[in-house]
Amino acid sequence: MQSDTSIAIHTRGLGTTLRQDKWWIYPALILFGLTSFLVYGFWSAWQADYYWYDAGVSGFGGYLAPFYSPLLFIKEGVAGAAPMSHSIFGAWPEWWPQWLPPSPSLLILAVPGIFRFTCYYYRKAYYRAFTGTPPACAVGALQRKRKDGYRGETGLMVVQNIHRITMYFAVTYIIVFFYDAYLSFFRGGEFGVGLGSILILGNPIFLAGYTFGCHSIRHLVGGSRDCYSCSMVGNASHESWKLVSWLNRRHELFAWISLIWIVVADLYIRLVSMGVIIDPNTWS
Amino acid sequence: MDKRTFRVYRGDNERGELKSYEVEINEGMVVLDVIHQIQAEQENDLAVRWNCKAGKCGSCSMEINGKPKLACMTRMNEYEPGQTIVVTPLKAFPVLKDLVSDVSWNYRQNERIKPVKLAPEAKTDRGYVMYQKDVDRIQEFRKCIECYLCQDVCHILRDHDKQDAFIGPRFMIRVASLEMHPLDIEDRLPELKEEFGSGYCNITRCCTDVCPEHINLTDNGIIPLKERVVDRFYDPVTILRRKIFGPRKKKLPPINK
Ligand code: SF4
Ligand code: SF4
Ligand code: FES
Ligand code: FES
Repeated sequence: MQSDTSIAIHTRGLGTTLRQDKWWIYPALILFGLTSFLVYGFWSAWQADYYWYDAGVSGFGGYLAPFYSPLLFIKEGVAGAAPMSHSIFGAWPEWWPQWLPPSPSLLILAVPGIFRFTCYYYRKAYYRAFTGTPPACAVGALQRKRKDGYRGETGLMVVQNIHRITMYFAVTYIIVFFYDAYLSFFRGGEFGVGLGSILILGNPIFLAGYTFGCHSIRHLVGGSRDCYSCSMVGNASHESWKLVSWLNRRHELFAWISLIWIVVADLYIRLVSMGVIIDPNTWS
Repeated sequence: MDKRTFRVYRGDNERGELKSYEVEINEGMVVLDVIHQIQAEQENDLAVRWNCKAGKCGSCSMEINGKPKLACMTRMNEYEPGQTIVVTPLKAFPVLKDLVSDVSWNYRQNERIKPVKLAPEAKTDRGYVMYQKDVDRIQEFRKCIECYLCQDVCHILRDHDKQDAFIGPRFMIRVASLEMHPLDIEDRLPELKEEFGSGYCNITRCCTDVCPEHINLTDNGIIPLKERVVDRFYDPVTILRRKIFGPRKKKLPPINK
């Protein structure tokens, strides 16, 4: 019987583990997925052009890239810009700093961005993949050098509690995206279907699947109650809570589908608008 | 029959070693059987805690190839033939000897939680009346066998030694089962946020991943509690509603139905 060298049982440090399986696959995939999304998202928002396509036909209808919706202001004279009638507040504001591109996307990214950043699912994903607290279960977490050590969401990260507030705003994006989808089935006032319309229609559907599985909504519709049979509305509340819980169990799935879908739809419309690819549709 | 190498932790809380043992594995064996075989045939003073051998007492918690598991529920055929199996005690708690760790810190956490306080007016001559749909959520948490695998895997206790700041996932769901109780009238939210440290959990869900009873601790227990804390302390809408209409009155289930 041979003895191995002495080991200290409570060793610490990022990545220390006795696990023998490939625990690093999940954090590596997340790292890749979220980084690619961020790079594409900021790049697309920074472009400030080619976010609209209507084949030059004026009148009701056209494709609007999801990263640019809703259009609060529109800068005229930009290649691939939407007609001014689509702007909610009109022409591009004077106060906009020179060093920033006049991109309608930069004005609206914050709400969905913060909503996803503070989402209970994404928190798991990036706390594991980006901050290593912990990278995987029973795998050593990144040690904190500060005197008071790890503080979780009690220190700076207490801001995660604004998730509820961003949710109130984020649900409006579903309505906006449904309107964009409606718009995408028309060109020059004439009804039709294109590959672009299908992609744009997917957005609000998957976004709704994601948003209505939100823990904050689950709490508000029924999770906050201790008793469903105690009041008149209790039953309705229980039924909606069960519905949201069904989506909630698939929250990770919808989080990724909606994220990937929006990138594909955005890139597609950009490429169509630039004339790089041709949109198959019933109008032409 | 198949020969395997087991490397088992022998030692105390300060230092120890992984000792190798060659063992014969028969069909249907679980890791705890192998440990018992080593104890019977090779190393009589090997310390291991167990009781039911049925995954119901929560005594045989240890770490097998680095994963917190119940030894009596871990079948040998989960592992590749020829794979060496490393067995160590729970990392988050002091080791008493070999595979036995001192989990008494957990019992002290349990005592900090205010016990159930049933609304006196809910009592009928038939006792207390409750409806199934009101206790579904709580019953999930009642499946807990107190194996403390979730406490062991939680990085707040395991890697950051925050025993003084965070009560741990098992006790978060105990608080949840009381807070969601249809007849309970106690309020535990202030201490949940401060002393029990609900904000320390960063919902990375390892407690859920290791629970042998498949309790969804994070999504069904901890996050709903965090949302109740948001209601009370962070959401301007619900705070304003409480300011105007006062706190929601606890309603009780209908007695005749
Ligand atoms: S989800 Fe929270 S309580 Fe559970 S293991 Fe992770 S940090 Fe600990
Ligand atoms: S919640 Fe699960 S893992 Fe935690 S002590 Fe109970 S049974 Fe064990
Ligand atoms: S929890 Fe993911 S969106 Fe709210
Ligand atoms: S011996 Fe009881 S749970 Fe394993």
